[in-house]
Amino acid sequence: MTITAARPQAPATRSQARHYAGLAAAAVAVLALAAGSMFVGVSDVSLPALLAGDAGTVDIFWISRVPRTLAVLLAGMAVAVAGLIMQLMARNRFVEPSTVGTVESATLGILVVTVLAPGAPILAKMLVASAFALLGTALFLAILRRLPARNTLLIPLVGIMLGGIIAAVTTFFAYRYDLLQTLSNWMIGDFSGVLRGRYELLWIVAALMLVGLLAADRFTVAGMGQDFTTNLGLNYARTMRLGLLIVSLISAVVVTTVGAVPFLGLVVPNIVSLIFGDNLRRAVPWTALFGAAFVLICDIIGRTIRYPYEVPVGMVMSVLGAILFLVLILRKRNA
Amino acid sequence: MTIAVRNVSKSYGGQTVLDDVSCEIPQGGITSIIGPNGAGKSTLLSLISRLQPLGSGAVSVGGLDIASTDSRRLARTMAILRQENHLTMRLTVRDLVAFGRFPHSGGRPTVEDLATVEEAIAHLDLAPMADKFVDELSGGQRQRAFIAMVLAQDTQYLLLDEPLNNLDMKHSVEMMRLLRRLADDFGKTIVIVVHDINFASCYSDTILAMKDGRLIHQGSPRQIMQQAMLRDVYDIDIRIEEIDGNRIGVYFT
Repeated sequence: MTITAARPQAPATRSQARHYAGLAAAAVAVLALAAGSMFVGVSDVSLPALLAGDAGTVDIFWISRVPRTLAVLLAGMAVAVAGLIMQLMARNRFVEPSTVGTVESATLGILVVTVLAPGAPILAKMLVASAFALLGTALFLAILRRLPARNTLLIPLVGIMLGGIIAAVTTFFAYRYDLLQTLSNWMIGDFSGVLRGRYELLWIVAALMLVGLLAADRFTVAGMGQDFTTNLGLNYARTMRLGLLIVSLISAVVVTTVGAVPFLGLVVPNIVSLIFGDNLRRAVPWTALFGAAFVLICDIIGRTIRYPYEVPVGMVMSVLGAILFLVLILRKRNA
Repeated sequence: MTIAVRNVSKSYGGQTVLDDVSCEIPQGGITSIIGPNGAGKSTLLSLISRLQPLGSGAVSVGGLDIASTDSRRLARTMAILRQENHLTMRLTVRDLVAFGRFPHSGGRPTVEDLATVEEAIAHLDLAPMADKFVDELSGGQRQRAFIAMVLAQDTQYLLLDEPLNNLDMKHSVEMMRLLRRLADDFGKTIVIVVHDINFASCYSDTILAMKDGRLIHQGSPRQIMQQAMLRDVYDIDIRIEEIDGNRIGVYFT
């Protein structure tokens, strides 16, 4: 087939323009929501006081509110994107890093550092957690390759079992070393402890997301399966390794800084997929935005539902995420 | 420039699936691989297209040794579509077909790339559903979408494992006519695995007959469509009738 004539591509470019306009509008909405969330909390931070330069207000704003909102946005975006990449790698819609052993492995890693080198800096904890997350996820993918048939239900079940085993080992050692209390800090995501100087490592996930976006086409191709990938001249194993690295590092960084954020990586990519499909070029930005919005909303609910007390965001997300997920499944059945 | 297969063998867990196969697939035209189930047809196709590593032997496609040539270079020379294509992700038909340009554009499609995509979509009659998601299509439409994708790859060599899978009679005939046109008008070299010997007879230039992991006959449709030859391949007696210059095997009764 030779090319006859370069025909005008009006429909494609128009839909592209519409797509970018939609993304921009959604980004503005998320930013507005984020700005609003900075004025929610126990200490009274009001816009007039802030603008008037009230010293106490300005301090709370810069030391607590801004870091917290940034942490929410970064973690929300990254965990959702990691879920999306994980689903493409496993070629299954019902997995995410916290259901295949990635997050559990990272937690085990932190525990190991805490026991062996209690005084280790947080960066060291993060590195060990990353190494454990890599190993755990690689183990899951290796088991997947050995499964006799690609059964849609078997894959998430294997992941849940693997995660269960790793979590059991973690709990056992946490119990032995009297660290159960500390362990729950990582297992239930919570943004209330985020302060300036204690969340900055989260910026690493921004870089990882950028890598994911740049490699979006590769991941889409890999998501089609090994044969399609090879046919299109891409190295399947190398693409999978890159995905493995991104997913593991994002999970480890998020677990060490704010703790596990459940359901996000499962629900958000599924919603985005239903609306926009899985071409990662489109899906990654939307997944990031939806992820950020979802965590923001959950965090605001967590801060207001028992005001002046706070409910951990992980709890709100579990409830809201489970509801959303049920709605998704039921809608799919009716469609 | 041909596809040259030299002494290729392959076994899985001690079981030999391909046993010392050698052949030359001529440049241009349609070559059909026929044979009973388990003859090794699909395995041969996936070895030629480097989807599976060679057990032993060597394959070159258009002068490129498949074991040592850069995969992306190969992807601009030959395209392969396997029989079972299960897409777990949601892509629109246009997006799927556009990924056929990936080896050329590396993800930055030019105006020419997009034109080739639209052309492939039109060739396979997919324009009305180009913006639909592949998982919303019928089996036959999906099969055509996958074929449009490898067509958009615009390679000299096109390898298709059971391209008529899931297609009704009308679309099967249209598919074979399209392949014929690609071979005749654009000089493509097309290799297909087909089950229906009559499609092979009516549309190919060369037929390769396989059995038990071996290549047992190679020749023109006229040479292969003989009662004795087909008995050799399928172990049944097939009456051959000549209709409008085509040799048709009658095997239904």
